[in-house]
Amino acid sequence: MDVLTAFEILVKSMLFASAPLIFTALGGVFSERSGVVNIGLEGLMVIGAFAAVVFNITFASALGGATPWVALLIAMIIGGLFSLLHAVASVSFRADQVVSGVAINFLALGLGVYLIKDWYGAGQTPKIPVPFYYERIPLLYDIPIIGPILFNNYLTSYLAIFVAIIAWFVLFKTPFGLRLRSVGEHPMAADTMGINVFKMRYIAVVLSGVFGGLGGGVYAQTITQDFSAGTITGQGFIALAAVIFGKWHPLGAMGAALFFGLAQSLAIIGSSFPLLADVPNWILLSAPYILTILALAGFIGRADAPKANGQPYIKGSR
Amino acid sequence: MFNQFSRWQKILIPVISVILGLIVGAIVMLVSGYNPIEGYTALLSGSLGEGFYIGETVRQITPYIFAGLAVAFAFRTGLFNIGVEGQLLVGWVASVWVGLAFDLPKVIHLPMAILAGAVAGALWAFIPGLLKAKLRVHEVIVTIMMNYIALHLCNYLVRYVISDEQNTTDRVPESASLKSPFFETLTEFSTMHYGIFLALAAAIIYFVVLEKTTTGFELRSVGFNQHASEYAGMNVNRNIILSMVISGAFAGLGGAMEGLGTFGYGFIHGAFSGVGFDGIAVALLGGNVASGIILAAALFGILKQGALIMPLQSGVPTELVEIVIAIIIFFVASSYIIAYLLQRLRKGAK
Repeated sequence: MDVLTAFEILVKSMLFASAPLIFTALGGVFSERSGVVNIGLEGLMVIGAFAAVVFNITFASALGGATPWVALLIAMIIGGLFSLLHAVASVSFRADQVVSGVAINFLALGLGVYLIKDWYGAGQTPKIPVPFYYERIPLLYDIPIIGPILFNNYLTSYLAIFVAIIAWFVLFKTPFGLRLRSVGEHPMAADTMGINVFKMRYIAVVLSGVFGGLGGGVYAQTITQDFSAGTITGQGFIALAAVIFGKWHPLGAMGAALFFGLAQSLAIIGSSFPLLADVPNWILLSAPYILTILALAGFIGRADAPKANGQPYIKGSR
Repeated sequence: MFNQFSRWQKILIPVISVILGLIVGAIVMLVSGYNPIEGYTALLSGSLGEGFYIGETVRQITPYIFAGLAVAFAFRTGLFNIGVEGQLLVGWVASVWVGLAFDLPKVIHLPMAILAGAVAGALWAFIPGLLKAKLRVHEVIVTIMMNYIALHLCNYLVRYVISDEQNTTDRVPESASLKSPFFETLTEFSTMHYGIFLALAAAIIYFVVLEKTTTGFELRSVGFNQHASEYAGMNVNRNIILSMVISGAFAGLGGAMEGLGTFGYGFIHGAFSGVGFDGIAVALLGGNVASGIILAAALFGILKQGALIMPLQSGVPTELVEIVIAIIIFFVASSYIIAYLLQRLRKGAK
């Protein structure tokens, strides 16, 4: 294999493997920046994948080429609604946020597979009729060498990078973002300044559901193209790792997700590269997790969580 | 997590949570066009209706007790071990490995294989414990990450080290097996094995260590208030590591039960078995005490085993039980609101 082909395969698989991770990780950034730990990202992806696949199968004949995009919208809405459970439990009911997240994961998978079995009579849906396809970007595609590599991918991959930049702008350049972050650092101080802590946290958690659903929808409509219990297996947790490895920063999370996407694609196609053929593939598969632990331990830059992350806010308590 | 509640609330909250979970399950069945009474009857007859099913249920309860003890032990020291799933996997593979690698008389071989599971689980939990104690790294994230590392590492070991590029290992020899011909004939050839005795023994050890020893007192004390414990002269860091290690050992033993008893071999896991995550629910529902954990494990064993028969007898998909379990966890986690409502009810009655 010549260098250019290898490079092309790597870049393309990195872009398509990381897009769902970027979306979901952005959701995690919003939630955790507001002080709500979200272990339920995995479940939110599951419910998003479920919603997108079912919608795609049901409405493909009516909507045609627009189906996967509308399905993504539906996945975002369902994901947002589903995450309300986590919001109610962890913000209003003062539940342990980690436990509530675990419950979200159980519920999403249970409910999704239950309904699939009920509706399709099997543990797996049929293939979706209208998945996403590689699209050539006009003009840019004609650039020699890099054009066919960088500008012939899923549109969702570009969308992910674009949304990450918007998320960065919203979190760090708008009053809304400042409020959201302040609620995660010191809720009491924020409350004294007249910020509604509960409202901000609800918004943040629902945003994480919207993004998680979007991530799941993208994953199901580009990579697996159907839904079963095995559709989302750990991608939500890789996204969570990306949140931490990216230091709770939207662009950092995007970079981490791109890197983890690369590691995942290397694990699958690595054996065809001479240098990587000797590396046992479990190391490549585990790379995101090992690196995250190292980052947390301070070996790769210090990763500090938002100060009030994981603590329910109880009005009037010090 | 129930520290702030009174004694009767500690018992009432789990019971109410289970009832609410079952009610939500019934509603889900109704809405999707099934008869909930038929569904739950099928669940019960599929878990306790015949000798075979009882055997299978007991077999299912065994790892749940270990997983519940593992999560609960860490909880009592104020640590959240979500890594039981991974610790269980490494325990599973280690015990099978020792079972296959040696040729010894059963009195030595079986204990050695079981011990290997415990040691592997303990080592796997030692890393997050150490990172927490020395560098204040949050154990939740590290244990989640360790789960996936365990999954990939174990799959690699099964495929390339223990077996000859197969998807499963060979069966462990009789000398390292927990299989019980006695129970098998008693329960119409279910896969029930001797592990349940070890699980009950582990629950007793859990109780004695935590409630009756100085070490246990220190561990619990660190769980209540780290600063006060430190001021009283306890070594908080040592206790954090110790708690994780013991927790991991329980989890590893649970894995050994699967490796040496239920299955008798190791295999490539496409995804997690779920026992470790269910252990979180078992520990929470059991209020982190030994007797409660056994009861909660029994409940989950019945639910999980009965669920397998539900599609055949009543048409209800197996996953209904996952929904019920999720709802139970939600309610136990939101115990604050249940306690609050209970108090309102009580005041209203007066």
